[in-house]
Amino acid sequence: MTDKTVALPGHTGFIKNNLRSYGMLLSLFAIMLFFQVMTDGTLLQPLNLTNLVLQNSYIVIMALGMLLIIVTGHIDLSVGSVAGFVGAVAAVLMVRYHVAYPLAFIACLLVGALIGAAQGYWIAYFKIPSFIVTLAGMLVFKGLALAILAGQSVGPFPPTFQKLSSGFIPELFPGAGTLYPTSLLIGAVLAVALVYTSAKSRARQASHGIEVEPFGFFVAKSAVLFAVIVFFAGLIASHRGLPNVLVIMTALIALYGFVTTRTVIGRHIYAIGGNARAASLSGIKTERLTFLTFVNMGVLAALAGLVFAARLNTATPKAGAGFELDVIAACFIGGASAYGGVGKVGGAVIGAMIMGVMNNGMSILGIGIDYQQVIKGLVLLGAVCLDVYNQRR
Amino acid sequence: MTAILEMRGVSKSFAGVQALRDVNFTVEVGQIHALVGENGAGKSTLMKVLSGVYPYGDYEGSIIFDGEERRFRDVNDSEALGIIIIHQELALIPLMSIAENIFLSHPPSRLGVIDRDTVYRRTQELLAQVGLTEMPDTLVTDLGVGKQQLVEIAKALSKRVRLLILDEPTASLNENDSAALLDRLLAFRTQGIASILISHKLSEVARVADRITVLRDGRTVDSIDCRAEPVEEDRIIRSMVNRDLAHRFPQRTATIGQPVFAVQDWTVHHPLHRDRRVIKGVDFEVRRGEVVGIAGLMGAGRTEFAMSLFGRAWGERISGRIWLDRREVNLSSVAAAIDAGLAYVTEDRKQLGLILDADVRKNITLASLDRVARQGMIDDMSELRVASEYRNRMRIRCSDVYQETGQLSGGNQQKVVLSKWLMTDPKVLILDEPTRGIDVGAKYEIYCIINELAEAGKGVVMISSEMPELLGVCDRICVMNDGAFVGEFTAAEATQERIMRAIMRNKKIDKKVLQGDLRP
Repeated sequence: MTDKTVALPGHTGFIKNNLRSYGMLLSLFAIMLFFQVMTDGTLLQPLNLTNLVLQNSYIVIMALGMLLIIVTGHIDLSVGSVAGFVGAVAAVLMVRYHVAYPLAFIACLLVGALIGAAQGYWIAYFKIPSFIVTLAGMLVFKGLALAILAGQSVGPFPPTFQKLSSGFIPELFPGAGTLYPTSLLIGAVLAVALVYTSAKSRARQASHGIEVEPFGFFVAKSAVLFAVIVFFAGLIASHRGLPNVLVIMTALIALYGFVTTRTVIGRHIYAIGGNARAASLSGIKTERLTFLTFVNMGVLAALAGLVFAARLNTATPKAGAGFELDVIAACFIGGASAYGGVGKVGGAVIGAMIMGVMNNGMSILGIGIDYQQVIKGLVLLGAVCLDVYNQRR
Repeated sequence: MTAILEMRGVSKSFAGVQALRDVNFTVEVGQIHALVGENGAGKSTLMKVLSGVYPYGDYEGSIIFDGEERRFRDVNDSEALGIIIIHQELALIPLMSIAENIFLSHPPSRLGVIDRDTVYRRTQELLAQVGLTEMPDTLVTDLGVGKQQLVEIAKALSKRVRLLILDEPTASLNENDSAALLDRLLAFRTQGIASILISHKLSEVARVADRITVLRDGRTVDSIDCRAEPVEEDRIIRSMVNRDLAHRFPQRTATIGQPVFAVQDWTVHHPLHRDRRVIKGVDFEVRRGEVVGIAGLMGAGRTEFAMSLFGRAWGERISGRIWLDRREVNLSSVAAAIDAGLAYVTEDRKQLGLILDADVRKNITLASLDRVARQGMIDDMSELRVASEYRNRMRIRCSDVYQETGQLSGGNQQKVVLSKWLMTDPKVLILDEPTRGIDVGAKYEIYCIINELAEAGKGVVMISSEMPELLGVCDRICVMNDGAFVGEFTAAEATQERIMRAIMRNKKIDKKVLQGDLRP
């Protein structure tokens, strides 16, 4: 009965068992390769790559929060409207009332937290379905954004605030021509650090007698990981260097990756999604944690709204419309389960990138927005069907 | 009299477990035939065979109804002949009206449009037959349980019932409602409608039944013609429980110490019907090294009692006092109960005990992650070490602790749940049906674990519906019925007959007398 799940001996067995976790990454590479060829190399041009990052940063940021919500078995439809509303609040504060940028920034994150708390309160403690509460939130904050902007676009933002999205990290070694060596260096350091930590954890597991991936496979994987990071760092470094927002994004991905896999609170969140009643009978404060995941989502939606407003350099009443769909799709393409309890931060990030690359690639190819939506919808359905099929097997 | 139903030589097994063995069962026209037996004796299985839930070919033997052999493919086939079963859990839709519920499947209609006048009129007629005066458009949710039960019967009448099967119809009814329901059955008898009454309440069985058949371990062991001979409760009880103790139980010499867990005047109300007292001012005590059994039938309130103690995980308007280790505690949340040293191993391990998608390790550490974490960060190696220790100690058979818990057998899953609670290092463990649905070998291992816990000085409470198990494992057995303790026996004086009698008589026995017996 249980024989099938036991790791098969030898290398092929290990790869077979772990194919699913790498499948998503491989699909991303396949999609990138496809568009790289179809666009005659435009996709991976340094300028386009930087744009790709900037265009999708707010989706990735919100996908981190959405993943936690989906893992607890809920959904948040309001994130797009909340992001738009917070962008509007930022504009009103900084442009109309000339509030200093750091103060306004913190105030906006607090507004996001309050919105998340207001919605999470009804969901967690009153057991009102999240679909309904956040659907209401979606309408409320879309309307409020329109109201406080009086239906008009407000801008431009102070230059320091614009730097959040359009800025790049300062260059420590200027004068190296077209290349930005600091960014390349950071990329290389990051790559080394990643390979080092995975080697260390592999050695630690082996010393405890846990089955680890075969050495050859590990070396190959590390080499590919290293090469890919350095390659992309090189591309980024040949156009103005690392964008500020990429630094923020990477830090957040690392933080949420750590929280979900290594901390007590992360484990508890997965337990709620896996079996809420068993979790609560094990002493886990399911209501409070559900509430906190919504507060967290509110803060991340606010951050995303700020990044988006800074990028457009204006707050418009329509900002954020439809973001929630991309964010939710990213999580599900990345392997999160609609029934809760299953999903990974890495998966959600890759899901967001798949959506981003497809948007970008199809735009370069001149495919109209109409068919772009059709294709994205089909990819979402296909990815989830494949996942369900894999799980049944 | 002529037989309306004859079941001949019916046998049925589930995955190697013989649920029915060569059962013969006959119901005559206009007879009320009571079917009694312990939980798991095979009553429900027999009725499922009769109603076509288990289709022809799924069982051995034959069913003769109305003089012809019948081969039902599903419930519709048996309903077409007028065999209607009313389950313990009512199958009414609460937010629909009485009339809509009665005519749910076959509403009188013209061209697909429901004929509301006919529905209304016929509903009124049917309600009059069962003695209800409610309006047909009253919502079912606005009726009490007793009246809902009568609506079910009206629904059966609408299908031209010839044989009505009632599965513990009075379990959740008060005395007046029960009496009203039984009167209906007696009225139907004069109209030639036969009934099969499954009940644990011997007093009501004795009142209405024409014949009583006793099932035990899937066999008919006794059948009493109530009109020819007197109904002796003792005879019925003996038939119900008299069996060889097939299991063997590991030996333990109890060293019983100071009280470790005491409950006084514990009262709990139902979370939905807030006026209904489910646990009625109960006192309870467990000593160090003592295994206390709680016997009772399903619905007696044992699980509700246990869960309400465990950080108020069940019930509303809870009152009473709890002492753990002679210190009064206020267990207002599950987390507080765990911290105070109480553990509750649920009867429903799949729904309430485990995260089946998660691996063995995560399930074992779920209730005490802080023990393998520092500043909120899980030390995965120490977690692995602890989980592996429990795997070895409890002999959990799995490929490794990273195996999905849902893939394990019932016995191994139960050991995972036990590991989870042992890891919290409790002073008192409440085990709710700890051996339900697991095989004999795993049961023995669970009994050994219980013995080890008692020997380690913990207080163990064991709720079980299997009496031999209680007799084999416990130092003391309390009998619960209808939310109160109705009997208490030491291991030496307890017998299945005594326990069953305490349940069946459903009389409050003077507590002082019992406790006098208990501690000489």
